[in-house]
Amino acid sequence: MAEVLFIEGGRVIDPASGTDGVRTVVVRDGKIAEVAERLERPRDARVFDARGKWVTPGFIDLHVHLREPGQEYKETVATGARAAVAGGFTAVCAMPNTKPVNDNASVTELVLARAAAAGLARVYPVGAISKGSNGEELAEFGELLAAGCVALSDDGRPVLSSALMRRALEYAKAFGLPLTVHEEDLQLVGKGVMHEGAASTRLGLKGIPGAAEDVMVLRDIALAELTGGRLHIAHVSSQGAVRAVRAAKARGLAVTAEVTPHHLALTDEDVAASGYSTDYKMNPPLRSAEDVRACREGLADGTIDAIATDHAPHSAVEKDVEFDAALNGITGLETAFPVCLSLVRAGALPERRLVEALTIGPARAFGLAGGALAGGAPADVAVLDPVAEWTVDPARMYSKSRNTPWKGSRLTGRCVMTIVGGRIVHEEGRTER
Amino acid sequence: MIGRHKHCIALADYSRAEILEVLDLAVSMKEVLQRPIKKVPSLRGKSVVNLFFEASTRTRSSFEIAAKVLSADALNWTSSSSSVTKGETLIDTARNLEAMRPDVLVIRHSAGGAPQLVAEHVGCAVVSAGDGAHEHPSQGLLDCFTLREKLGTLEGKTVAIVGDISHSRVARSDIHAMTKLGARVRLCGPPTMIPAGVEALGATVHYGLREAIEGADAVVMLRIQHERIGDPLIPGTREYSKLWGLNAKKAAEWLRPECVILHPGPINRGVELSPEVADGPQSVILDQVQNGVAVRMAILYLLAGGNPAESGEAKA
Repeated sequence: MAEVLFIEGGRVIDPASGTDGVRTVVVRDGKIAEVAERLERPRDARVFDARGKWVTPGFIDLHVHLREPGQEYKETVATGARAAVAGGFTAVCAMPNTKPVNDNASVTELVLARAAAAGLARVYPVGAISKGSNGEELAEFGELLAAGCVALSDDGRPVLSSALMRRALEYAKAFGLPLTVHEEDLQLVGKGVMHEGAASTRLGLKGIPGAAEDVMVLRDIALAELTGGRLHIAHVSSQGAVRAVRAAKARGLAVTAEVTPHHLALTDEDVAASGYSTDYKMNPPLRSAEDVRACREGLADGTIDAIATDHAPHSAVEKDVEFDAALNGITGLETAFPVCLSLVRAGALPERRLVEALTIGPARAFGLAGGALAGGAPADVAVLDPVAEWTVDPARMYSKSRNTPWKGSRLTGRCVMTIVGGRIVHEEGRTER
Repeated sequence: MIGRHKHCIALADYSRAEILEVLDLAVSMKEVLQRPIKKVPSLRGKSVVNLFFEASTRTRSSFEIAAKVLSADALNWTSSSSSVTKGETLIDTARNLEAMRPDVLVIRHSAGGAPQLVAEHVGCAVVSAGDGAHEHPSQGLLDCFTLREKLGTLEGKTVAIVGDISHSRVARSDIHAMTKLGARVRLCGPPTMIPAGVEALGATVHYGLREAIEGADAVVMLRIQHERIGDPLIPGTREYSKLWGLNAKKAAEWLRPECVILHPGPINRGVELSPEVADGPQSVILDQVQNGVAVRMAILYLLAGGNPAESGEAKA
């Protein structure tokens, strides 16, 4: 790789600086040297012709499951990071529900060491809120922060105890760490396996009402108000949750939220149309068309700060079973951009807002570096082809797992090059398949 | 084949014509059951495997008799004697059974969608004998058969289905089939037992028993399944029986004299039905049981590809 890389002729969309137009992005010594309209190019510069492409800050995903340590047959830090850069993500936040749970420095350090060895996307570990994510005792937030955690979560399960949640929000203030929370009232969920509505009734599957999410979001917003703690609502899926976050922000509370591509694109009717396909089983479940509309509106108007994939790889062992018995979750890193781009084409989301929710939005929500093409900042860049069509073939994806509802679908939009810290870590057609 | 279908899994996917194809053939099948020698060679050399992951006596026996009357070999495979306890997956169990070359796999499972999953992985025909709260297609068909027999037609008739609609696969199959045959369906039960958005299936919802059954041509009383109720849906059977149970007094005061009373069984006597009503003149519960055999014969015959030459007698 040359010292200097000129990415020329592309449409630079950098919501953080308000840039949207044809620019040249110059990468030198691992940093963004310049973003400008016309630039003299030194003779030894490497040139990437980005005409017809979008050039954006590298995407940041606040919510992925990399499964290492403990479930390396589903994914490893390295394969997950490879899938990330293939999807345009230069940084991912790895949830702590590994085996063992990331509730101490040794697990955090292992994840970081694996990520460094892979040398692909930046991996930011998320530490557990409670020891073992059992919802009983607080984990050692100070140790987790020192080891490199950027946020705290018991993701995969809610913090059922209101008292523990209150103390977690309070205690985290000493460390400036946001709590990213998986919101569901397990008693209301019961044995539910999909959204409760006409589709679950027709399929005869036990339903999960949107209110199971709403009541926990409302509780935690009240606790954030009480404590002044930093609250981030993970994978918002219900209209009630969107309304609650909007109201909390209007009152000036430090509440942020994310939504997944699948909760923006699919509904409970798609579960029915799929004929009980377990690639449509996730938690929170795919909800009603009204909920999807509310999530889209919330994303468009800034109520929701970030698009996060909740990339949740599972093997055939967990998915080729009865719908009731299947584990929750789908992969997301390699399909997020085209799926969200379809919202732009449908008129549900402005282009700039899409890029914002994948870059500076998540960076600000967790206080992470990156998310902007600022001069002097580490060069984390995604180059995207917004018109490339491709067919999703899970066998040709970088994730170890194949649980995606877009299996066989024709999607539009693809990442063609990803740069992390000035290094090209993904370039379509040039890297091994 | 039943119309376009290789399987019988969900009446939601069946057209009116496909439902009628089964019901019409079942009329001839019922005639076979009236003979002194209840055996026709239609499915000689064919085999039917009953794969039951949930307890069932009547449905399994009904499929078994139906197969035997048609001269098919029937094998019963129940979960207690299967490899499920050893951790075998449903797909593996089904594939193993399929390797024994059955023509029809009849499956009952507690998970909605299980028969469809099996159908995607085997080559033989799959018949659902009930999956979770999804559907119980042969029950829906036999209920329609019984109503056609008793009322002449379902066109323009009103059928009330009373009980735990939420957990009932019978209710769902009944709604799909009966509305396709032209009946109006009223659903009745405590609000906690009415599933979300059920009106989208084309039925009306009533909380009061009287408004649901008054003027109806038929009433389907569902069993209150204690074993299925995980949530506190009702305070108990005492109040349920008082408000939603059918006894002789309510039947006399609210039902039309011609109204017939169905129940998919087994009955909780004294809860949803009082003994006088269950055994009374309006009850067609035992007809349902016999019709069940005839309807299942028709389903097996159509899906196992019976030899029309050998069943000429039955079809006549």
